[in-house]
Amino acid sequence: MSTLQLILLVIVAAITGMASVLDEAQFHRPIIACTLVGLVLGDIKTGIILGGTLEMLALGWMNVGAAMAPDAALASVISAILVIIGKQSIGAGIAVAVPIAAAGQVLTIFVRTITVFFQHLADKYAEKGNTRGIEMCHILGLSLQAIRVAIPAAIVGVLAGTDAVNAALAAIPQVITRGLQVSGGFIVVVGYAMVMNMMNSKSLLPFFFIGFLLAAFTNFNLIGFGAVGVIAAIFHIKSIANEGKVAVAGTGSIDDIDDSDLM
Amino acid sequence: MSEKKLNKSDIVKMFIRSNFLLGSFNFERMQAIGFCVTLIPALKKLYKGDELSAALKRHLEFFNTQPFMATPIMGITAAMEEQKANGADIDEGSISGVKIGLMGPLAGVGDPIFWGTLRPVLAALGAGLALTGSIIGPLIFFIGFNAIRLATNWYGMFYGYEKGTQLVADMGGNKLRYLTEGASVLGLLVIGGLVSKWTSINIPFVLSKYTQSDGKEVITTVQSVLDSLMPGLVPLLLTFLCMYLLKKRVNPLLIIFGLFAVGILGVACGILQ
Repeated sequence: MSTLQLILLVIVAAITGMASVLDEAQFHRPIIACTLVGLVLGDIKTGIILGGTLEMLALGWMNVGAAMAPDAALASVISAILVIIGKQSIGAGIAVAVPIAAAGQVLTIFVRTITVFFQHLADKYAEKGNTRGIEMCHILGLSLQAIRVAIPAAIVGVLAGTDAVNAALAAIPQVITRGLQVSGGFIVVVGYAMVMNMMNSKSLLPFFFIGFLLAAFTNFNLIGFGAVGVIAAIFHIKSIANEGKVAVAGTGSIDDIDDSDLM
Repeated sequence: MSEKKLNKSDIVKMFIRSNFLLGSFNFERMQAIGFCVTLIPALKKLYKGDELSAALKRHLEFFNTQPFMATPIMGITAAMEEQKANGADIDEGSISGVKIGLMGPLAGVGDPIFWGTLRPVLAALGAGLALTGSIIGPLIFFIGFNAIRLATNWYGMFYGYEKGTQLVADMGGNKLRYLTEGASVLGLLVIGGLVSKWTSINIPFVLSKYTQSDGKEVITTVQSVLDSLMPGLVPLLLTFLCMYLLKKRVNPLLIIFGLFAVGILGVACGILQ
């Protein structure tokens, strides 16, 4: 890897680290992060394929409320470096991605705890009416998130492809990498389950089965599912709107009586 | 004293800053610094001295919601601060009350729409294309998601500011419930399709093998039997198993490790392929 590539790699890693906390532009999602690492390291195609594979794995990883997702940013970046520079299989990439996602989660918990300190620093700046100071606290918090991915990426970037790392990865038996690749095909069910649990609505489950049956017995593509879904949503909203009307009509008549009493 | 008024460029500045809301997320007050930093362009214009300090302090209070749904709250807060700065009778408590009162319901709308429907659907679509090595996969996900996100943040910020406190009254209606339920219906239907179509489990374990009278060999595997019953049955059952385990508060990473173990054992025994 050239020095320029290493610098670009660190920049990409920093962007994914920031995106992992911001959760806005989604640079931390595997499908984007692996593609960018692939672009920087000169093998975008492998990056895209690895990104697609890991994205399936991470489909349900989301930050809801105070709950935190496993860290897709660190997992994607490190795994892409090992697969592209270390010439490992996609299966080996999956093998390292999951434990690294857990490690990355620990790192971001650590950073989010340190940032409590900046929160109190911001209070002091607010006391003085110092807006620049509060902005600085914000940027420092964001920078720590960038660093927490950039430094591990730089280390792995330098070490990847060396004999020791290659030997360690080559020691993974083929049945394991093949098995991981096979599981990669259906591990996405965990993501679906997380999303469905979040919707948390037993009364809406029939719509899930409509989608399932359409897929099982027709050749609908995703646009088709979307269209049927919108129609189903319209019907569903109409039906709950009607429920509402009955209730409103009930209270309305009581209001009428009150009005006539006042007259 | 002339009236202090926020103009379009102030709101645009707030929109730009809103894209960094979670930058300094911490476990004590979560998005508090980000919220305050987003409002700084407005607060600096409206207040000076001690009033500015007080305003900064009240926006460093606890805040947490779905990030794209924060923008209408920021807009309405700016509108209230503007009225307050011009002498309207709005106390600190009512500004905080509006923030706290809106962040829960709006997160309840934003989570199923953005994290439950939009992102998984676009990601699954993009990932499916990416598996073939096509750059269109990542592009569809990135451009599609960000176009909708930026439009939400932009529109939300202006809508919140223009509607002001009237927005709080709007939230009381059924509109939000319709939006949430409608998005959930769409999301669940698409996920139902994804469970069957975008998971691959192949169980080539041979059950029987015989040669027909015309010389063709017929092989019956576990997979061909399952497919004749109901394509996608195994992913469906696995999904429900995962839902059950997640409800029992099993760590999702542990479930993922478990499924990896199934895959490795399956390959080792020749049951899975």
